[in-house]
Amino acid sequence: MPRPGGLAALALVVVLLPLALPNNYTYEVAILVGLNAIVCVGLNLLIGYAGQISLGHAGFFGLGAYGSAILTARYGWPPLGALAASLGAVGLLAWVVGRPILRLQGHYLAMATLGLGIIVSIVLVTEDRLTGGPDGMSVPPLGAFGWTLAGEKAWYWTVGALLLAAVWLARNLIDSPRGRALRALHGSEVAAEVIGIDSARHKLGVFVLSAMFAAAAGALTAHYAGFITPSKAAFLHSIELVTMVVFGGMASTFGAVVGAAVLTTLPQFLTVLKDYEMMVFGAVMILTMVFMPRGLVPTLEQALAAQR
Amino acid sequence: MSAQLLQTLLGGLTIGAIYALVALGFSIIYNASRVINFAQGEFVMLGGMATVWLAAASWPLPLAGLAAVLLAAGAGLALARFAVAPARGASVVTLIIITIGASILLRGLAALVWDKKIHPLPPFSGEAPILVGGAALLPQSLWVLGVTLLVVLLLSGFFARTLTGKALLATSHNRLAAQLAGISVQRVLLASFALSAALGALAGILVAPITFTSWDVGVMLGLKGFAAAILGGLGSGPGAVLGGLALGMIEALGAGYVSSAYKDAIAFVIILAVLVFMPGGLLGKRSTDRV
Repeated sequence: MPRPGGLAALALVVVLLPLALPNNYTYEVAILVGLNAIVCVGLNLLIGYAGQISLGHAGFFGLGAYGSAILTARYGWPPLGALAASLGAVGLLAWVVGRPILRLQGHYLAMATLGLGIIVSIVLVTEDRLTGGPDGMSVPPLGAFGWTLAGEKAWYWTVGALLLAAVWLARNLIDSPRGRALRALHGSEVAAEVIGIDSARHKLGVFVLSAMFAAAAGALTAHYAGFITPSKAAFLHSIELVTMVVFGGMASTFGAVVGAAVLTTLPQFLTVLKDYEMMVFGAVMILTMVFMPRGLVPTLEQALAAQR
Repeated sequence: MSAQLLQTLLGGLTIGAIYALVALGFSIIYNASRVINFAQGEFVMLGGMATVWLAAASWPLPLAGLAAVLLAAGAGLALARFAVAPARGASVVTLIIITIGASILLRGLAALVWDKKIHPLPPFSGEAPILVGGAALLPQSLWVLGVTLLVVLLLSGFFARTLTGKALLATSHNRLAAQLAGISVQRVLLASFALSAALGALAGILVAPITFTSWDVGVMLGLKGFAAAILGGLGSGPGAVLGGLALGMIEALGAGYVSSAYKDAIAFVIILAVLVFMPGGLLGKRSTDRV
């Protein structure tokens, strides 16, 4: 359902949040939340609306990050140009691999995307001349025309603006004929094809778009942190991303943002538990899927609607 | 055949037998419930780590191994009862996340209860390699291959001749019809998880003397076992065995003759190729969708 107020509410949150952030560390967490949210908004289009699965999206994230990192650090490209080139390359890769694998369904698609993600992760670790191997590589900061983007506050506003742009883009797509086509093919691919929707083209389109969102977030993360390691392309990261989307609520763009927010900040609280962190994270994943299979935001919406 | 090639193939066959056991676990659970159990690798880890732990507490090795298998079976039962059964009918993505969550939980538990170090297990019958046509074969490899063969034979007997086995098969063919025939689908689910966990644990114990074991050894083994199951055809028992052996050998050949740095990637490249060109796998059923 189109809710114009939603984007305005999110904009309000982004603008007012700094009032609640006491120090640089909390800004850093907020920036990470924003970056993860950008990936999740794109991934949600793929998983929630188009009904596909990707267990390898961290691969696109990593490729975007390393692409921009390598071009700027090793070849001296200007950062914005490197970012654009990296995005384009990942989009092209997604287009090329998406065509054959999106014919698959369910578990087979999950496995194909998983395999893809792992292959990317292995390549990034092994080609250490270019990527610095498992220890990673340092990344020059983002900037243009002599001005560098540095400092938590500047990054916060940049990421916040980009997140709003991403959400706006996603919502526009969802409320367009293309979006309705996606939802139709989620409901039943056969039925959608019967009424003339080219499901392969639509699936590919949203796959490429979500890959580019991930790549953009990856490149930004690399430039923000000044460093990138292959763990960002690892299977575990792909799982975290999917969990954020599913936890927040599939087929809900704001759910994706909420999911990213909760599951990015959760480990910050869990570090208190130190050795129990993994166990608790795993338990949280299981419990939320068992008791809130539709995700947090739709479940809350349903609860609120039931009370009226 | 050159000695080096023979040695590579034997090594590949050995690890392939391990993949086959893990793949069998995947297939059994998939058949009983259409769930892909991403925690399967963790059962492998449990088998190895629990045996090491009990052996270090001076349990005799066979007893430690048996206890480890039972422990893993118990973990499988718990996973089925508390995580998978309550989510019956949930979407594919939801179930995948549940089992992945379970695998993360089990790994965290292992790191907590034991440690993050790598642990060796003594080989069952010594370390002196046996020379076969110029190639060196570890006695442990014979154990792996022998036990795997025995297990596969026992399993075919189990599915063909025991009531529980037939109930599992019936459920895999048609759940509703099985229920109408009086089969408790819930019990089938529990039994399939327990059986798969036991298989995984056995694999973990068999391979621990060769590749050692640690808290996170299950991640790659689980994924490669899954790859083997898909290669052979998801849901097919013989396919799982064939897929496992094939994957092991292709991986060994690739690592030996193409690139050892990309050894792990080989399995996943194969999987992508199979999924794109032959999604049913080598022996899988061609599935049809009802419109």
